[in-house]
This record gives sequence, structure tokens and C-alpha cells, in this order.
Amino acid sequence: MKLVKNIAIALTAVAGLASASFGSAAGKHPMQMEWSFDGAFGQFDMQSAQRGWQVYKQVCSACHSLKYFRFRNLTDLGYEEDMIKAWAAEYEVEGEVDDAGDETMRAARPEDAFPNPFPNENAARASNGGALPPDLSLIIKARHDGANYVYSLLNGYEDAPADSHVPAGKHYNPYFKGGAISMAPPLAEGIVDYEDGMAATPEQMAKDVVTFLTYVAEPKLVVRHHMGLEVLMFLGILTIILYFSMKKIWKPVKAGRNVYEDKK
Amino acid sequence: MAEWNAAKPKNAVAAWVEERLPIISLVNNVVGSDTPTPRNLNYWWNFGSLAGLMLVVQIISGVVLAMHYTPHTALAFDSVERIMRDVNYGWLIRYMHANGASFFFIAVYIHIFRGFYYGSYKAPREVLWMLGVVIFLLMMATAFMGYVLPWGQMSFWGATVITNLFSAIPVVGESIVTLLWGGFSVDNPTLNRFFSLHYLLPFVIAGVVILHLWAKKISDSGNPLGIDVKSNADQIPFHPFYTIKDAFGAGVFFFVFAAFIFYMPNMLGHPDNYIPADPMVTPDSIVPEWYFLPYYAILRSITFDIGIPFTDIVFIPAKLLGVLAMFASILVWLFLPWLDTSKVRSGKFRPTFRWFYLFLVIDMFVLTIVGGKKPEGIWPMIGLIGTAYYFAHFLVILPLLGKIEKTLPLPESIANPVVKAAE
Repeated sequence: MKLVKNIAIALTAVAGLASASFGSAAGKHPMQMEWSFDGAFGQFDMQSAQRGWQVYKQVCSACHSLKYFRFRNLTDLGYEEDMIKAWAAEYEVEGEVDDAGDETMRAARPEDAFPNPFPNENAARASNGGALPPDLSLIIKARHDGANYVYSLLNGYEDAPADSHVPAGKHYNPYFKGGAISMAPPLAEGIVDYEDGMAATPEQMAKDVVTFLTYVAEPKLVVRHHMGLEVLMFLGILTIILYFSMKKIWKPVKAGRNVYEDKK
Repeated sequence: MAEWNAAKPKNAVAAWVEERLPIISLVNNVVGSDTPTPRNLNYWWNFGSLAGLMLVVQIISGVVLAMHYTPHTALAFDSVERIMRDVNYGWLIRYMHANGASFFFIAVYIHIFRGFYYGSYKAPREVLWMLGVVIFLLMMATAFMGYVLPWGQMSFWGATVITNLFSAIPVVGESIVTLLWGGFSVDNPTLNRFFSLHYLLPFVIAGVVILHLWAKKISDSGNPLGIDVKSNADQIPFHPFYTIKDAFGAGVFFFVFAAFIFYMPNMLGHPDNYIPADPMVTPDSIVPEWYFLPYYAILRSITFDIGIPFTDIVFIPAKLLGVLAMFASILVWLFLPWLDTSKVRSGKFRPTFRWFYLFLVIDMFVLTIVGGKKPEGIWPMIGLIGTAYYFAHFLVILPLLGKIEKTLPLPESIANPVVKAAE
């Protein structure tokens, strides 16, 4: 028992050293939340994803693009086609060149991607103190422990400790690598009026927008989970049948018989 | 030496073909259902056919992916996302292909380490073994180039680091790098040629696999006892015995494979590869895929030049030495049939070898861990010790061990594994 205890202490020490050496460069370990899409049976909490869409549309989309997301994808979140058409029409996108050869603008349609808030990267940087707000389509998959990371980041703003130097125009957030992030705290109590009447606390909004962004990053997650169950059940049963077939077929060999002699 | 049976097809067309090109004989002899096979093969022998199955999975899924993929720096990342979102079952095919590479390597690593343990490289199977090493090298090239295709951050920077290695070669190094890049940095021409070669090499692998199987037929399968087949009592026909055993093994393997595809599809990848490649932003740390980590650790462990001490004369700079060590770590396998001097094939009868085999496996795991860490603190030292031990195993321990080890008595035959009475 003592040996086990010693090994445990040694391992803890090693793990501590390892995390200490990484701690300074990488951000703080994200808070661990429970998500509806976690696990083998995980699927999207539709109410939450719909609220998250509202948060993205009203808050995040001021700076962050969502280039792989198309309005028509909203049908997956349970919205009606008329509604999606109306939402799309709120935005203008580049249209065809007209007969006179002039460029035109038209209202967006469901098949269009969500328009980028900035015409190009330079414009995005110019409006954000030199920082480029990343596209959010894949943000959940492009960060370690993405869902928890984004949630923690959104709720992680705090006063900078005395010994840290946060440059002007930046904000202290321990979950962000380096601690100084250009994005101002985006979520404030009641900044969004939820259609379903849910109280829009920063925690609730962060949770909802993460659910929405996970859907955008991995739109086939639910199909994948369902199909996985079927495939694993199929393979499991098949493997069991194969195992017992093998046992039966191998019987004479296991009994030490010469199968070539048996055949004659 | 196995006998080569001429096929006598009953079908007139088949007989006509066979007379002009004995391809039916070839197929029959190499993968024929009645091929006599040692009766005592254990589950470690399942991984050869599993590797073959994975090659098929990779080629089929890869051909479909190529129908939807665009090898252009401005479009590659978008085309992969299109596959994930808009192509019917594109997500499934891509996750199969991405995780398939890992599972192909798992099968092949187990296959190779089975060979290490049971002495599968020893006479008369030297050519069979060396063809296997060639397949492994081709797999590494294919996997590396495949990882570049999605054109994410890790794709781009991995390609930059690995292609730059060739610049360490004296005189022609810089020219080789320019040729690999098709220009003066990793860019669109690089992506284009990598795509072309990534499509080509699997078929080269398939060709070498045919030679590998042919050589296996000529020298017969090895077996866990490492003794030769003496009579047909030692053998059983491949079908139905090993077809059903391989099928059962494939069931288990594919169950685990499917668990990754459907429930942890991104676990073996790196999140940075979901960020589009940006030549202006270097990632925090550039890490290759897990199956390259031991060699990456060997590469980075060499941080010293070789020259005349206390002078500025350098014969081999550290970078070149690291590159040489990395390539040598696999090329040394080609010489294994002659480096291992023991007359006994199977590790089962080599009590001391078994310990060193275990140390080699541990060493590989240690090097894998080191390869994934930033080269700071204690890690470079562990990497250097691991590298030194790796080469010592093949170049010192195996040649000496064969001379001095007292092996256990071998059994009479496979069918009758009663140990010969100690005389």
C-alpha cells in the first residue's frame, strides 16, 4: 500500500511540474461544463441552440464571420423556411453583374453563407485595434477542449493581477493564451432579449452560443452519433457470431487432429 | 521452401489465359484458399491481413475524397469543409480516411513488432522482411503528404519543417528542397505535387504488397515457435481456418475503429488543423501525427555537431546528424536479418532477448512521448538517452546477444510441441 501511495505522490509531482511548465504560456485550464452534445447519446439542445443563434446574430456577428454557415442550415435547428427567408433578407450580398456590366447588390437568400461583417481582413483589423476577430465556423474544433474553452473565455474576464501588464486596448482574461485579449467582454446581463423569455445572464448566453457554435462546427454530430450506435451494434453482433463460428470450425484443430488426413 | 502449384482451371477461358499468363497460378499460390499454413499462428498474426484491409479502406475512401477535394491553396480548406457539410456522407468518408491512417499504422506497428519478437526477419525470410520495411517507408511518405492536403495550420507548418530537413544534405540539399517545394517556399506547387504523389503512392504500396505476399509464399509463413514445418500435420489449409480467424479479428479491430470514427473522430488529430494555413503565423508548437513521434524525437534529440573537439572543425553538423539518425532509425531494420546473430528465431525460446525486447517497446513509447513535448527542460536529455538505447538495441545488443545467450530447447515439431528431452 505504501508503494502505491508513493507512486501516486510521485505521479502527482510529475503532473504538477508538467502543468507548471506549461501554465505560463498556455491559458488557464477551462472550466468543465456539462453539454447536451457530449457522450455517445449526445444531441443538441434545440432551445439552447436557437437562443445561441440569437446571441450570435445580435452580438458576435458584429465582428466575427461564420463563413461555412448558410442560412438554410437553420432548418436543422428547427426553424421554418419562411422565417429563415426573412432572416436572410435582412442582409445584403453581392449579386450578379447586370446587363450594363455594373455590380449589383441583392437581399441574401437561404442558400447564401452568413455575410462577413467586414469586406476584407484589413478592414476587420482596422476596426479592432489591429486584431483579427477569427471566423467562428470551426472555433469549437480549432481549440483544445473547444466547447469548455469558449465558454470559459466568454465568462473569464477579470481584473488584471498587479504583476501582469495588460497593454492599452486589451483586456485581461486568464483563459486566453498570454492573458491579454483584444476582445472586450462581449456579454452583459440582458444584452439579448431571448424570444423564449429565458433570462439572458452572461452564463446562459455563453452556454447557448457554445451550443450553437458546436452545431456550426459539427453539423452532422447527431447523425454521426445515431449511425455510430447502429454500426457498433452491427459490428458487435457480427463479431460475436464470427467468434462462435471460429470456435466451431477450429474444433478439430484444437483437438490435435491432422485435417489433411481427415479429408482423405 | 513451399511448393509452387500450377493451376489447372476447368473453365476454357480461364485455361486459355492461364496458358499464356499464369496469373491464376500466382493468385492461387499467393492468396489461395487451400494454402497450407502453420496450425499454431496466434492472434499477433492477424495484423498482416488487417493492414491489407486498411490499405483497401484507405484507397477506396481516398478515391472518393479526391472526387470532391481541390488541391489549391485558396480552395483546399474550403473543399474539405464542403465535404464535411454538403457532400452526402462526406463527413463519414473523411473521418474514415483520417482515422484510417492511424489505424493502418496501428496494424502495421503491431505487425512489425510481432516480427521483431518472433524473428520473422530471419532466413529464409530476409527479402519478405525488407519488402515490409519498404512498404512502411512508403506509408510514411504517403501519410505525411496526406496530412498536408487539408491545408490547415499543422499541414502547412508540418510540411515546412519536414521538407526543410532535406536542406541538411550537403551540396544537393537546397536543390532537393526547391524541387520538393516547386518554388522557394511551401506553396501552391507544393500542395499540387503532394496531392499527385499522395494519390500515386498507395498504388505503389499495393504493388509492393503483392511482392510481399509472393515472398511470403516462397518462404512460407513463420510461426510462434519459429521452427520449420516438417509435415502436413503441422499445417492447416488457410481456408476456412484462418479466413474465419482473420474475420473475427477484423470484427474486433473495426469495432474499435468505428468507435473512433463515430465518437472521437478528432481525438487523434490536432485542433490547429481546423485553422486555415497561414504562412505569417507560426503555431505554438509544431507536432506531427502520433505515428511519427518516435522518429521526430530521434531527429530532435541530436543537438551537437561531430567534429574535432576544441576546434571549430565540424564534420557533421547537428542538423544533418539528426536527419541521418531519423532515417537510419528505420533503415537499420533492413539489416536486421544480419544484425541479429541468434540461430533461434522465436523470442519464446530466448529468455534474455525477451527482456531487451520489452525494453525496446518501452523505449518506443518513451520516444513517442518525448516527440510530443516541447524540447525544453528534461525532455531533450530523455530523448537523447532513448535514441542512444534505440540504436544500441539494433547495433550492439542484438549482435552480441545471439553469441552469448543460452536459448531454451526447441520443440520437436509444430504438431507435437513436446520439448525435446534435455540431452
